[in-house]
Amino acid sequence: MGALFKEIIKNRILYLFISPFYILFLIFSVFPIFFSMYLSTQKWDGIGEMKSVGLNNFKYMLTDPSFWQALVNNLALWVMGNAPQLFCALVVAFVINLSIVRFKGFFKIAFFLPNITAMVAVVIIFQSLFGNEYGLINFVLEKLGLGKIPWFNTEFGVRTIIAAMIGWRYMGYNAIIFLAGLQRIPKDLYEAAELDGARTHQVFWRITLPMLRPIILFAVMMSTIGGFQIFTEPQVLAGNNSSPYPGSDTIVLYMFREGFIYQNYGYAAAVSWVLFVIIGIISIINWKLFNKSDD
Amino acid sequence: MNKFMRHNLLISKTFAHAFLVIGVLLSIFPFYWLVVMSTNETAAIFAVPPRFTFGDSFATNFGKVMDSIDFWRALLNTLFVASVSTALQLFFNSLTGFTFSKFKFPGRHLLFFLMMATMMIPGQMLLVPQFIIMKEIGWIGSYYALIVPGIATAFGIFWIRQYAMAIHDELLEAATIDGCSKFGLYWRIALPILKPALAFLAITTFMGVWEDYLWPLIILNDSSKFTLMLVLQQLKSVHTADYSMVMTGTLLATIPLIVFFLIISRQFIAGIMEGAVKS
Repeated sequence: MGALFKEIIKNRILYLFISPFYILFLIFSVFPIFFSMYLSTQKWDGIGEMKSVGLNNFKYMLTDPSFWQALVNNLALWVMGNAPQLFCALVVAFVINLSIVRFKGFFKIAFFLPNITAMVAVVIIFQSLFGNEYGLINFVLEKLGLGKIPWFNTEFGVRTIIAAMIGWRYMGYNAIIFLAGLQRIPKDLYEAAELDGARTHQVFWRITLPMLRPIILFAVMMSTIGGFQIFTEPQVLAGNNSSPYPGSDTIVLYMFREGFIYQNYGYAAAVSWVLFVIIGIISIINWKLFNKSDD
Repeated sequence: MNKFMRHNLLISKTFAHAFLVIGVLLSIFPFYWLVVMSTNETAAIFAVPPRFTFGDSFATNFGKVMDSIDFWRALLNTLFVASVSTALQLFFNSLTGFTFSKFKFPGRHLLFFLMMATMMIPGQMLLVPQFIIMKEIGWIGSYYALIVPGIATAFGIFWIRQYAMAIHDELLEAATIDGCSKFGLYWRIALPILKPALAFLAITTFMGVWEDYLWPLIILNDSSKFTLMLVLQQLKSVHTADYSMVMTGTLLATIPLIVFFLIISRQFIAGIMEGAVKS
């Protein structure tokens, strides 16, 4: 014990070097986690006295239809915004990686560009593209004889708009991530498949996909953690209210409204804990799904 | 290679490139449309058929944006917060990352694991308690609240550590024999070697702060302190009818980052790819 203590004293400067992260971590993460746990059992408007309400915040949440609506929207947005986008990213990465493709550098940059655009800007641009009356997309649909779609009037329409924003902004980013994974797959695997006369789609399903599994897991995890924290998209689109448009409210927006507009801090803390549990459960499911041993 | 195979190859080559070009057009089109809208009047975009080409109303729209928001002020605010955050993050992350990569001290594995585990905490979850802490400290409305919590990040430390592992131990030993202190090892030996890793970290941090929306929205209450994203949202919610003007504001708020990205895109994408493989 004395030796360990001596060792620590000897290296004190090193602890000083790494201390800023841990100090900030204690103040701005560890303390908030426990504080919000406590807060979730209180009723508090931020000014007066806190009042202990036990599990009432959680009970109320379960009976609040807006909460369930936000949860359903979140799940729908997560699936619609990520599943097609991740699949397209995979295909794009696969094609860019083909030996016959030229201008790889250009394609990488061009596909990545949307990711540089701030989400607030993306929302503004897409809101105009999808406009019910004057939107470019409806103009094209009408020209094609398909008629206008009232995007902003239905849940499905609004979710499509938000999913399009997410897809547009993250597809190229994920394609680059997948491309990094693809380049690590040994070349001889492909050569062997070519000798056996495998076709491109067979190579994709039999070699590329299984070899990429760890990096796909990484991308899916990231989209899950990010996807359940959607806020900017619905808030810039529709404002703080539970929404002028159907289907756009999300859990973080719900929490933001309860906490920062109505000053129900205790209730908002309870919502954030539920959000944490949901993200945790979905991450575990993802992990199990992609790590199931089939070999 | 026989004629049939060569023919086949040409077809797949054309097909692959056509696929990618269509994808690129979809990626680029919203930018094109953004420029079309900000160089035309709202009436021209709403006409049937709408204008699909660049117009000459940019100056008018630009003037309207300047009249309704304090754009330059917001730009300066954003540059200030982003630069200070980036500089502090580079220093603290690289010092910590280097320490983890090259020194042995009791508890370092546990401390490192703990740090990595924090990456799994969803940030929005801590919004309410963090806001209350800021209120208690008196940092509501202050840039301290935007800058201080983020000056050392798990991702940044991890990123630097991965890179710093490659520094040769002999180099550090030689410097130590020459009387170099531990901080001197970091400052004089490690920092110059870490430059490429620092560059990537600087860019991602800078962009992250530039684009951040939710936290500044909660913290900043005085519009003279607003960042670009906040004034952009303000512009949008106030002038719902004047699309061209809102689009011009959007263009102005996004163009600096895009130009910057295009200049450094090659290294930046290489950095992203390296990061994906490492983690």
